[in-house]
Amino acid sequence: MGAPVKNEPGSTSVASRDSFGDAIARLGETHPELVVLEADLSESTRSKKFAKKYPDRFFQMGIAEANMLGVAAGLSLAGKVPFCCSFAAFVAARFDQVRMSVCYSSTNVRIVGSHAGVGIGEDGYSQMGLEDIAAMRSLPTMTVIQPADDLETAGAVEALLTHKGPAFLRTTRQKLPRVNKEGYKFELGKGVTLVDGKDLTIVATGGTVAGAVQAAALLAKDGVSARVINIHTIKPLDVPLLVKAARETKRILTVEDHQITGGLGGAVCEALAEVEPVRIHRHGILDVFGESGTPEGLYKHFKLDADGIAAVARDFLK
Amino acid sequence: MPKDPESLSTLKSRAFDLRIDNLTAITAAASGHPGGTLSAMDIMQALFFGEMRHRPTEPHWAERDRFVLSKGHAVPALYTVLAHAGYFSRDLLPTLRRLGSPLQGHPANFLLPGIEASTGSLGQGFSMAIGMALASKLDGDKFRVYSMIGDGESQEGQIWEAAMAAPKYKLDNLCVILDHNKGQIDGFVDEVMSLNPIADKWRAFNWHVVTCDGHDYTSIQSAFAAARATKGKPTFILAETTKGKGVSFMEGKVGWHGVAPTQAQLEDAVKELRAAKAALEGGN
Repeated sequence: MGAPVKNEPGSTSVASRDSFGDAIARLGETHPELVVLEADLSESTRSKKFAKKYPDRFFQMGIAEANMLGVAAGLSLAGKVPFCCSFAAFVAARFDQVRMSVCYSSTNVRIVGSHAGVGIGEDGYSQMGLEDIAAMRSLPTMTVIQPADDLETAGAVEALLTHKGPAFLRTTRQKLPRVNKEGYKFELGKGVTLVDGKDLTIVATGGTVAGAVQAAALLAKDGVSARVINIHTIKPLDVPLLVKAARETKRILTVEDHQITGGLGGAVCEALAEVEPVRIHRHGILDVFGESGTPEGLYKHFKLDADGIAAVARDFLK
Repeated sequence: MPKDPESLSTLKSRAFDLRIDNLTAITAAASGHPGGTLSAMDIMQALFFGEMRHRPTEPHWAERDRFVLSKGHAVPALYTVLAHAGYFSRDLLPTLRRLGSPLQGHPANFLLPGIEASTGSLGQGFSMAIGMALASKLDGDKFRVYSMIGDGESQEGQIWEAAMAAPKYKLDNLCVILDHNKGQIDGFVDEVMSLNPIADKWRAFNWHVVTCDGHDYTSIQSAFAAARATKGKPTFILAETTKGKGVSFMEGKVGWHGVAPTQAQLEDAVKELRAAKAALEGGN
């Protein structure tokens, strides 16, 4: 590859938490209903950008996530669109508040869970959102979104301003190489085919999407034609697109920086088992705890980088 | 305050009808919480018949005052008060807890007008009330927010997270009422996990604290007036109440926290409440 072309895939690399922070700071200007709540992590979740611009619409709730979620629900019930920020791990830990105050009270709360997966690196398991997708997607009415790059994050935040019902937006600490093209239009609930192929479909989400695209290039060198689908909306899942891929490629490999139990892999298995049962291999965190390390070292260790995903795909095709 | 405040005698008289309808619904459902509904009933009537600005025929009026029942298990009392206030027909009350009824065992806000938040997992309604009060402040302080919490509920950590948060935002449009009936499902609060000293705790959290007799309408109204007059901080009303209030064989008995009366017990209760109402009206 030559020098990266501006505004093309791979040309830029931004953490989705930064893209989120930029988006709310920008959209706050034209959306007075947008309010933001934080639990002492505004530097980490990047809600600080909004806080500086709109101090009256920023609520610092302290290290009290349960109350924060309830307050967000109340703000929504009185007409606001609250983005409620914390680490994905800590939000999932307040499942009861998400279940009752956010979902069952029929709100438009947007829970932003940053620090998704082992990609956060050195802080280790306690700070890693690894079971949050499983928890959030089990709740009726909840929408679950995990963007793969800056364009997708911006599009998702904008869509969530008008979307009805509660939503969970999962963002990363680590930078995400751009996988979409400039002018990309985010469509809630629609998967995005990034690479076409016929031997296998790699279904990836969030921090693993760029690696999946690179893995497809590695596999192509072996003569394997891998399709890559980016699922940014894990709930509601784009079942028609997955069924089509299952019919055309016969094998599905799911890849995520999350437990394979209940996450994207679980969601894809549940959907396809009922409609188009094909061989599926779930790849991600294999029912173990995360650990400390560099983000790159952990992605290599858990085989979530391009080489790792390609190796898992080769094994699956044997 | 409403333009046409109800007379004290009307409130007192209706209190018997509310208790009868409440117990009748719980008996029909064959499950529910008589003790905590009867302790909360007078406060709820005072809210919906006098204190709050609201429009029963326009339940989503943006500037309405809000009431969030954080102790969700007392919702039959709220259903009864809402029906009497005109939010829906009293005929709905006996459908309490039946399949398909909007009168769920615990409040569901998307099913019934007048229910502002879905509660029932304790500790959460109070936080939602804070969010509504914050929204009101953002929009020019057009409405007040009231929330009722329970004794046992006060053992939840989230209550104290919320208690810390409201004074920070100077929510003088927020009034939290503790239905202090001293009982919870496993026994007396002082035995299960004491809250004492309650008023001191809330004062220490920077709340304006008022005490009232939760069964005396004059006392309740004075407490609400004191809350409305206080600027710069939220008000906590410690309402002294009696579990099972109004039915002699239920009063003060924690065993009546979560058990429905039998048909015979209901008849005894109704007889007693009707007699008390007649005595009150006869004395007027």
